[in-house]
Amino acid sequence: MVDITITVNGAEHSLSVPDNTLLSDLLRDTLQLTGTHIGCDTSQCGSCTVELNGRAVKSCTLLAAQANDSSVTTIEGIGTPDDLHPMQAAFRENHALQCGFCTPGMIMTAISMINEASETLTADEIRAGLEGNYCRCTGYQNIVNAVLAAQTQLRSA
Amino acid sequence: MATNSGIGASVLRKEDARFITGTGRYTDDINLAGQVYCVFVRSPHARAIIKSVDISDAERADGVLAVFTGEDLRSDGIGDLPCGWLVKSKDGTDMVAPSHPAIATKFVNYVGDIYAMVVADSIEAAKNGAELVEADFEILKPVVDVATATTADQIHENVPNNQCYDWELGDSGATETAFANAAHVTSLDIVNNRLIPNAIEPRAALGSYDAASGNYTLYTTSQNPHLERLILAAFVNVAPEAKLHVISPDVGGGFGSKIFVYAEETAVIWATAKVGRPIKWTAERIESFQADAHGRDHVTHAELALSETGEFLGLQVRTIANMGAYLSTFASSVPTYLYGTLLSGQYKTPAIHVEVQSVFTNTAPVDAYRGAGRPEATYVVERLVETAARELGTDPAELRRKNFIQTSDFPYETPVALTYDTGDYEASLDRALSLADYSGFAQRRAASEAKGKRRGIGFSCYIEACGLAPSQVALSLGAGVGLFESAEVRVDVTGSVTVMTGTHSHGQGHETTFAQVVADKLGIPFENVTVVHGDTSKSDYGLGTYGSRSLVVGGSAIATATDKVITKAKKIAAHMLNSTAEQVSFEDGMFKIPDSNESLSFGEVAFSAYVPGNFPIDELEPGLSEKAFYDPANFTYPAGTHICEVEVDPDTGTTKVVSFVAVDDFGNVINPMIVEGQVHGGITQGIGQALLEHGVYDADGQLLTGSYMDYTMPRAEDVPEFIVDTTVTPCTHNPLGAKGCGEAGAIGATAAVMNAITDALSVKDIPMPATAETVWRATTGE
Amino acid sequence: MYSFNYHYVRSTEEASTLFSSCESAAYLSGGMTLIPTLKQRLDYPTDVIDLRGIDALEGIDNENGFVRVGSRTCHAGVANNAPINALAELAGGIGDFQVRNCGTIGGSIANNDPAADYPAALLGLGATVHTNDRTISADDFFVDLFETSLELGEIVTAVSFPTPQRAAYMKFPNPASRYAIVGVFVAELQSGVRVAVTGAGSCAFRATAFEEALQSDFQPDAIAGIAVDHSAFNSDIHASQEFRGHLVTEMAKRAVAKIS
Repeated sequence: MVDITITVNGAEHSLSVPDNTLLSDLLRDTLQLTGTHIGCDTSQCGSCTVELNGRAVKSCTLLAAQANDSSVTTIEGIGTPDDLHPMQAAFRENHALQCGFCTPGMIMTAISMINEASETLTADEIRAGLEGNYCRCTGYQNIVNAVLAAQTQLRSA
Repeated sequence: MATNSGIGASVLRKEDARFITGTGRYTDDINLAGQVYCVFVRSPHARAIIKSVDISDAERADGVLAVFTGEDLRSDGIGDLPCGWLVKSKDGTDMVAPSHPAIATKFVNYVGDIYAMVVADSIEAAKNGAELVEADFEILKPVVDVATATTADQIHENVPNNQCYDWELGDSGATETAFANAAHVTSLDIVNNRLIPNAIEPRAALGSYDAASGNYTLYTTSQNPHLERLILAAFVNVAPEAKLHVISPDVGGGFGSKIFVYAEETAVIWATAKVGRPIKWTAERIESFQADAHGRDHVTHAELALSETGEFLGLQVRTIANMGAYLSTFASSVPTYLYGTLLSGQYKTPAIHVEVQSVFTNTAPVDAYRGAGRPEATYVVERLVETAARELGTDPAELRRKNFIQTSDFPYETPVALTYDTGDYEASLDRALSLADYSGFAQRRAASEAKGKRRGIGFSCYIEACGLAPSQVALSLGAGVGLFESAEVRVDVTGSVTVMTGTHSHGQGHETTFAQVVADKLGIPFENVTVVHGDTSKSDYGLGTYGSRSLVVGGSAIATATDKVITKAKKIAAHMLNSTAEQVSFEDGMFKIPDSNESLSFGEVAFSAYVPGNFPIDELEPGLSEKAFYDPANFTYPAGTHICEVEVDPDTGTTKVVSFVAVDDFGNVINPMIVEGQVHGGITQGIGQALLEHGVYDADGQLLTGSYMDYTMPRAEDVPEFIVDTTVTPCTHNPLGAKGCGEAGAIGATAAVMNAITDALSVKDIPMPATAETVWRATTGE
Repeated sequence: MYSFNYHYVRSTEEASTLFSSCESAAYLSGGMTLIPTLKQRLDYPTDVIDLRGIDALEGIDNENGFVRVGSRTCHAGVANNAPINALAELAGGIGDFQVRNCGTIGGSIANNDPAADYPAALLGLGATVHTNDRTISADDFFVDLFETSLELGEIVTAVSFPTPQRAAYMKFPNPASRYAIVGVFVAELQSGVRVAVTGAGSCAFRATAFEEALQSDFQPDAIAGIAVDHSAFNSDIHASQEFRGHLVTEMAKRAVAKIS
């Protein structure tokens, strides 16, 4: 077992977990934050994306131990139905989701992408930036529109 | 009612609130007290005799609670997984179906076929146990190639020539005569590549058993929980139907692959009673690749006979369809009644004959995948028509226009057993030509050539049959179940409404669309309507969601039940207004009588129904809740034109889709925003088939595309910004005038893309997917 | 994943001492290859030693005409901060957005995947690999498929890249995995022209025929007619040996065109 201290969505947790626990397992099973989804075994689909110390990472490809002394933000930590993050709101307003399974990872990647970009991203740059997130439902067009819309709001804020 | 939330409005979705905040509840998100886990032990061989399975070491492993083999299920009376559609061969004999045990007993027949199940207190412990299951296999030479399967080694004891059936449809004599009289014949040999569905949520099952009541509860990733329950009860003999509760919670996409009753949930629900603990199984992606039912996989020779002036005279199609190792739940119907019947397309081809041989191979079972038979039919027809236009030197749009069924021809009976009720194919074509700026194509092609690129344009004027299905038609053709849909519209005491449907939403937005229908009809706020689905204990028996049927069949059931509510409410209102039901009108949520200022709101009448003081209690039962079972009178026939433009880099073979226009006729549209989203997603899967996706087995039957490292999923960068629009001819035979929209994109797009690529390359055909190497070889003249 | 013991270390000395005391240890850097491998039970170390706590392995410095990249530096760090444009662009094309936030240059080269991008940059620029024990020239570092000249337990600490006069990397990505089907790194350095190819063979290699041709004439046309011997190239469902051979020349031409 390995002892870790981790701040998830602002709340600090001190836990003892098996050494081979993945961050995604810690979030889903131990902390019951099931908004972070698992869609593949090879680190490609991006459904498990969370922010680790402010940067988007695939939580299925990190050991929980690697997140010791770190801050993690998941989809549950960015907004609530009554107080949505602009990216969440934009996804809804642009019909950027259908089954919803890829959506948390997609939103976490999109937020990180906008935050890290020094300049306003074009639609093509957003498409390129989403290369680590698969969506089988939407055909991506409305996701791109949502990210563009949220970007406008986030940059003016 | 013209409001911003009624029929025709792009209402934002109710379901989004939970999905964007991470509070959706998918099967793997659910945990039950005392839950344990299972893993399945899968064959590494494509074909082998199971000489023995030794589970003794596995049973003794740390944390392992039980290990089961196929014999355990068989000896407990668990039956084979059935196929629900009996297709007859042309000689009148029944199709031949091999035994399909959930856990193999004597043979394994594809890589991923299950031969043991390990239940343990953790997933890792179950995996450790699985590694200790010792099977002694005698490896046999597998049958992999579909085209030669009938002459290869026989896979199943009871299936000679590996042939499931040899089916035909249409008039062979008339078709032969048409070809004899033809001025020109266009022929094509085409392969419709095998696809792996890849819903992003992997399949999962969580079963529990209550020994006191004998009740089983199964949470699973199903598009049709009632069908799951029926099959597990009536055919597989897990438990009597009344003792089996199936819940299909939030489901992360299906595209057909979650229609079927699979081995895994069968074994899980059976084993939960044996172990006495809830058991969870969640597929890893590699299992999705190996053991989700795959799609397509046809080899076809097709010929189109034309007159001197370009009229289509006859169509002859011969297809070999791959069923995989076993018959999946609806596999037999896909290359027959969902394929052969669509070969008339949008055209007045007077004579059509199709022969389909379905064969078994040592590959994963193949069944319905988005479009299911109709994309394959569209691909045959639209590739042939485009090729014919090129051979004749005719504009491909004009050759199509010349042969379209005209608006005056409806209802139009095709030579392949369907009667199209309505449509306006020229309207869609004209709109698409305009949106695609067809007249500017030559200029764009020249601009591409100036950059050293090659540009092509391709059309696809598809038709599909949706809204499965008139039950008696389907039953007469071999379906094992009726295909109506159920609905209950339950008015609450305060006038809000709960709607129960037998369909299931896994991305389609039913909670929104169905609420729009009911709110619009009842004149109540959209927010006051709640749609419930996916739970066999809550809604009546229904057939679920597939084949673009949910709105046209399920929505029609809801509309019918809502009409019954209005009829009863009028009687109550008449009593309250001292009038007669005939005199009462209902509009915008208000009951009125002529020549009176008195009116009642829907809520007031609802309240009276449940607090029946002022109520015709002698004539009516209290309450306001109605059910309907809607059985469609015909299929619906969505149709449209897709136009694709590609640019090819001849130096690398890279193809970029630079423009994609889709103009679809879905009849009346309830929520245009949702419909557009369905089209976007469908087109992307269609482009995926044409350019990227391919389920590949090697000669030993090993799956070479068993992960996202090798199976190319469409990414955001792989698709352009789509231009989509609709034309409308309302369906003539359902109460909503709707036709269905879920599959059109995947049905139409693939042929448009391949027509564009072959145009760019000036070649007759190249195989799908048009990978860089395939295209590069075509540019080098190979 | 099988069970293992996780260790967090603060220095290379601590790491290598620990490594030699374990039955079968694996170093964990970004984890982008190791963790999927462990998840699929394709590897089963008794101990996993996390190197990310060693701060000395982080960072990019410019020293004496060399760009020294600490082995712990993630791809996004190199993409955003490397003063050699071609190197930054190469790093910005590895994996995807999230993977670039985790995967490291040290992990990538130590793994030596035949389709990885970094080996092309190291060979193409004639870089030097620093370990906790010695320095190794790139030409000697990449040995074969997933094989390097690193000794068991040896730790890559940094890579020093000479600053080229001009350099470019062109990659033809695998459409599924985004690894390189073929990637070609072309550089003109004070020491001469170097061309390195990844994705095509069992590990990255130098294309000497291209180097010689470009040395005398740095133009795409100078190499257009050079057919590479593809008889030992990789072949898979995405590209045959012949197509890879074609792409090597094509990517090399494009890299040269970009900087000539």
